[in-house]
Amino acid sequence: MPANASDPASPENGRSDPGPVVRFEQVTKRFGDLTVLDRLDFEVAQNEKIAIIGPSGSGKTTILRVLMTLVEPNEGVVYVDGEPLWHKPANGELVRADEAHLRKVRKNIGMVFQHFNLFPHMSVLRNVTEAPIHVLGRSRSEAEDQALHLLDKVGLGDKTDQFPSQLSGGQKQRVAIARALAMQPKVMLFDEVTSALDPELVGEVLNILRDLARDTEMAMLIVTHEMQFARDVADRVVFFDSGRVAEEGPPSKIFSAPENPRTQSFLKAVLDH
Amino acid sequence: MGIDLLPTLLRGAGITIQLTLASAALALVVALIAGLGRLSPWKPIRILAGTYVEVFRGTSVLVQLFWFYFALPLFGIRLDAFAAGVLALGLNVGAYGAETVRGSILSVPRGQIEAGIALNFSAAQRMRRIVLPQAFVMMLPPFGNNLIELLKATALVSLITIPEMTFEGYSLQMTTGRTNEIFLWLLLLYFAVAYPLTLGVRAIERRVSAFLRA
Ligand SMILES: Nc1ncnc2c1ncn2[C@@H]1O[C@H](COP(=O)(O)OP(=O)(O)OP(=O)(O)O)[C@@H](O)[C@H]1O
Ligand SMILES: [Mg+2]
Repeated sequence: MPANASDPASPENGRSDPGPVVRFEQVTKRFGDLTVLDRLDFEVAQNEKIAIIGPSGSGKTTILRVLMTLVEPNEGVVYVDGEPLWHKPANGELVRADEAHLRKVRKNIGMVFQHFNLFPHMSVLRNVTEAPIHVLGRSRSEAEDQALHLLDKVGLGDKTDQFPSQLSGGQKQRVAIARALAMQPKVMLFDEVTSALDPELVGEVLNILRDLARDTEMAMLIVTHEMQFARDVADRVVFFDSGRVAEEGPPSKIFSAPENPRTQSFLKAVLDH
Repeated sequence: MGIDLLPTLLRGAGITIQLTLASAALALVVALIAGLGRLSPWKPIRILAGTYVEVFRGTSVLVQLFWFYFALPLFGIRLDAFAAGVLALGLNVGAYGAETVRGSILSVPRGQIEAGIALNFSAAQRMRRIVLPQAFVMMLPPFGNNLIELLKATALVSLITIPEMTFEGYSLQMTTGRTNEIFLWLLLLYFAVAYPLTLGVRAIERRVSAFLRA
């Protein structure tokens, strides 16, 4: 458990200390016979930057998708900022959340996807302003000011009128980052955001994320195969294996002195390749 | 080729165009409603929309036409010939269009919807702002084909005495007997209406999809 997280088991602690911003409690997700998340317990502290690493198929994407409300877990409870995400309290017990509840809790979460998923029928500017205007109810001018600021920050201040089809992969991903930031979530999820890019474009996106990790208050959950990057930005590295946290700790420990033999062989394989 | 035949045939062409446009408008509205209905989360609506589509695709326009014109009056609903023609043609083409609408919506990549969820759009906003605009581009080519099919199908309503182009052709044939000339004119006139329609649809397609090209 990270040093700056409060004890999740005692709600009284929550009053003085903001408590974890995300908490998975015994979460299980199965696809048919395949158990992808296996009674997972997992926490993210406010402002914490976490790198999630692990072999293919270990459930890394699935954790992010459960948090983004794209995949519903079979068992367990996920809390976001103290509130259950997939459930809502009714008469003292937790029942399945409805869409209104999902929308309320989901506003705390943002996500950047491996394949960008920009809206192809909207200009770069509109990609970034659409949700602030229509979901958050911002005025157009306010949303555009914010979008211009964010696009500047990701180095695309001059591309506002372009359409996604006119951009390189790296530029698309930077627009996607600006679009997600415009919603000002408390937790941002990144799922292998550089793995669909040509090698020469990976650096520009990683640099943006490095800056972001340094300057922002939001928690970041970063699934990545870029080990050097994980070492640079993460407060904590979580090694996933078979739907459970096999080992976690500060980057210095995980990368220099991993204890779990699975972690050792995984790191040996990716660092040697 | 006798020019003297032309005024009558052109009058028919006017009716043909009116029939085509009115039926196309009805078909478009019905196709959108039924296409969305087939994807509704609410089962009774899915069943209703599905039944409409299957019934109108599974029976011929001709039979539908006779129903609207001759059978409905037996239930106390009387439609004039033009209204019956528009209803039959519009509902028939709308049933095919509904399948186009449904297919286009389903072919918008899943990632687009997921991005919409991640940005916390409501389900209705996702449909309206993200899915439909992209689906619409895919609907255009099949809709263009439907429109041309519709134009040709208007000839069928001559059977319920609407004086459209083919009807006028038959009448002239009866009174003048100049069969070859008349049908040559009809050939040219149908083409003269269809070709601009095709060009128009293509121009819209080009404009709409210009910025979507990868
Ligand atoms: N919708 C789904 N239906 C069926 N199986 C799925 C589905 N989504 C994921 N899986 C399976 O669940 C397992 C875990 O998937 P997940 O995508 O979470 O792994 P991952 O750790 O992100 O792997 P990778 O490094 O390859 O991205 C995989 O075996 C995958 O095939
Ligand atoms: Mg993955």
